[in-house]
Amino acid sequence: MQLLKNNEIIENTWQYLAIDQVITNGDILISAQRWQQEKTSLTTHTGQLGIRLLASDQLADIVDALPHVAVIDLYITDFTDGRSFSQAWLLRHRYQFKGEIRASGDYLSDQVCYLARVGVNAFQPNNGCNVKKEINYLNDFSVHYQ
Amino acid sequence: MPYGVLNSIQCRMIAHIARHYDKGYCHFTTRQNIQFNWPKLEQVPDILAELASVQMHAIQTSGNCMRNTTTDPLAGVAQDELEDPRPYCEIIRQWTTLHPEFDYLPRKFKIAVSGSQHDRAATQFHDIGVHLVRNEHHEIGFKILVGGGLGRTPIIGQVIRPFLEKQHLLSYLEAILRIYNLLGRRDNKYKARIKILVKETGLEKFTALVDQEWQCIKNTLLLDEARLNEISTHFTLPAYCHHDAAYDFSALGTQTPAFATWLKHNTVAHKVTGYRAVVLSLKAPNTPPGDLTDQQLDAIADLAEQYSFGEIRSTHRQNLVFADVKEADLFSLWEALQAQHLATPNIGTATDIICCPGLDFCSLANAGSIGITKEINDALDDMDYLHDLGDIKINISGCMNGCAHQSVGHIGILGVDKKGVEWYQLTLGGSSDNDAAIGERLGPAVAKEDVTQAIITILDVYASQRAEEESFLTMVNRVGIEPFRERVYATA
Repeated sequence: MQLLKNNEIIENTWQYLAIDQVITNGDILISAQRWQQEKTSLTTHTGQLGIRLLASDQLADIVDALPHVAVIDLYITDFTDGRSFSQAWLLRHRYQFKGEIRASGDYLSDQVCYLARVGVNAFQPNNGCNVKKEINYLNDFSVHYQ
Repeated sequence: MPYGVLNSIQCRMIAHIARHYDKGYCHFTTRQNIQFNWPKLEQVPDILAELASVQMHAIQTSGNCMRNTTTDPLAGVAQDELEDPRPYCEIIRQWTTLHPEFDYLPRKFKIAVSGSQHDRAATQFHDIGVHLVRNEHHEIGFKILVGGGLGRTPIIGQVIRPFLEKQHLLSYLEAILRIYNLLGRRDNKYKARIKILVKETGLEKFTALVDQEWQCIKNTLLLDEARLNEISTHFTLPAYCHHDAAYDFSALGTQTPAFATWLKHNTVAHKVTGYRAVVLSLKAPNTPPGDLTDQQLDAIADLAEQYSFGEIRSTHRQNLVFADVKEADLFSLWEALQAQHLATPNIGTATDIICCPGLDFCSLANAGSIGITKEINDALDDMDYLHDLGDIKINISGCMNGCAHQSVGHIGILGVDKKGVEWYQLTLGGSSDNDAAIGERLGPAVAKEDVTQAIITILDVYASQRAEEESFLTMVNRVGIEPFRERVYATA
């Protein structure tokens, strides 16, 4: 599995562990809920830590995780749910998060340019989508007003 | 069409598209935009390419995004104007266009701006209403309203900030949009507009949320004086001729009473001596309200160039405006407009009806609206009676989505489906002006064949029971709906 990060295609070393899966070493993504429940043990995790954030999750619930995580994975289950866009903006601008903000799941290619503009710097399209094509969408619009 | 403004070149392009890609006509909407109802899907890319050649597009005309910013069709020329709202409309247009964060909102989002005492942009019924106002220190800024809207749940917008300094316009809008994007309901599209969020949250709490967000961004997104001035340079006054006094129409009026009638009803005072704004009536008796043919559009483009600096504006009541016509030219313009069936002297009267496409074109509609409009027109063919009735706004929507703003019509007509049969609910007393109000339901829905008679009866009750100089709306507010209800349901 590959992803597009900072305009380059790289191998995805990250594994999402659902709340009932045992924490293993290595680069892992966990849910916001799991962070809340297991934050004490998670801060001593061997390997990199990331949080998968759903559009319905509250940023306030993971703000204390930001110093400990390398990735926030905005997992999009419905491309029409634009909360992920505000979450990305807030992570970058309000909380000054310097790590990777990834978009994954069911976002549209048409949204790649917008996602990049609100602070997303990594893209992991759903299985079957060609990650290389995502590069072309990054600059769908060469100019903008905002 | 940004804030409803079209130039003559664009107008000819609309004519061209109507001719080549549609059935020879187009429809002006209450959003100060244009609808084509019959383009072939495979030709849409060609249409968009043609539009792009004259700086037009169809971006953000649909979807849960920020839509066209609308304003007063008399912007820049109205006598009661505090300041021209168009530079602010343009700033908002730019900010809303392809906004990366707010293109997938819970639901669509509409912003209207008014710069006048008289609100001609229905700002109280928009997701955000922006009013230019002067504070106690004589500074001009904005009063911001939020949570207004029509459709299934008509709600009057509430003041969220009585005075906002100009430099903070965009940061404040951004704060509202961010709160809405994050907290607006996404579980039910009928409860997803910001009006529902404001209602369910309560204005006080919603205001606190917005203010909290705004405090974090207000100093990062400032509109500086230089930027405001730069935008304003795009809205300089046209090269008006100097006139010492208003034109004397007394002789023309006596010789041609029809011209005098048109002058009285279809033209508006202008802030520059010797000029008037002209309303082109898109409400000719035998034409669906808001519709224009390709041939009329070409003629309008020519007339705009000849008489009004090449500019055409659309109104939310589905008419067009030439904003800057010399009074000395009005007679010849009137003759030319008459030849195009654009001079029906019914602006502001009971046949200046806002009407959606209804069952004839719209897949959402439950009932016809164009046919009802025609029936009312046929029944009210006596212009003297129409003018005697005065200012009456009738709005007709073919379904509860309310595209024709029936809930704020002085008389609202709403088409409903009852077991496959078209029925119509009537409301009285609505207004989208400064005295904003939602119309009150008159009683049970009436059958299609009885609608026109019901309207005639309502107008008759007004004509026979009004106090001197009392408008229809004033009388409804004074006596309530009971006298009307009694008569309509006695005869139905």
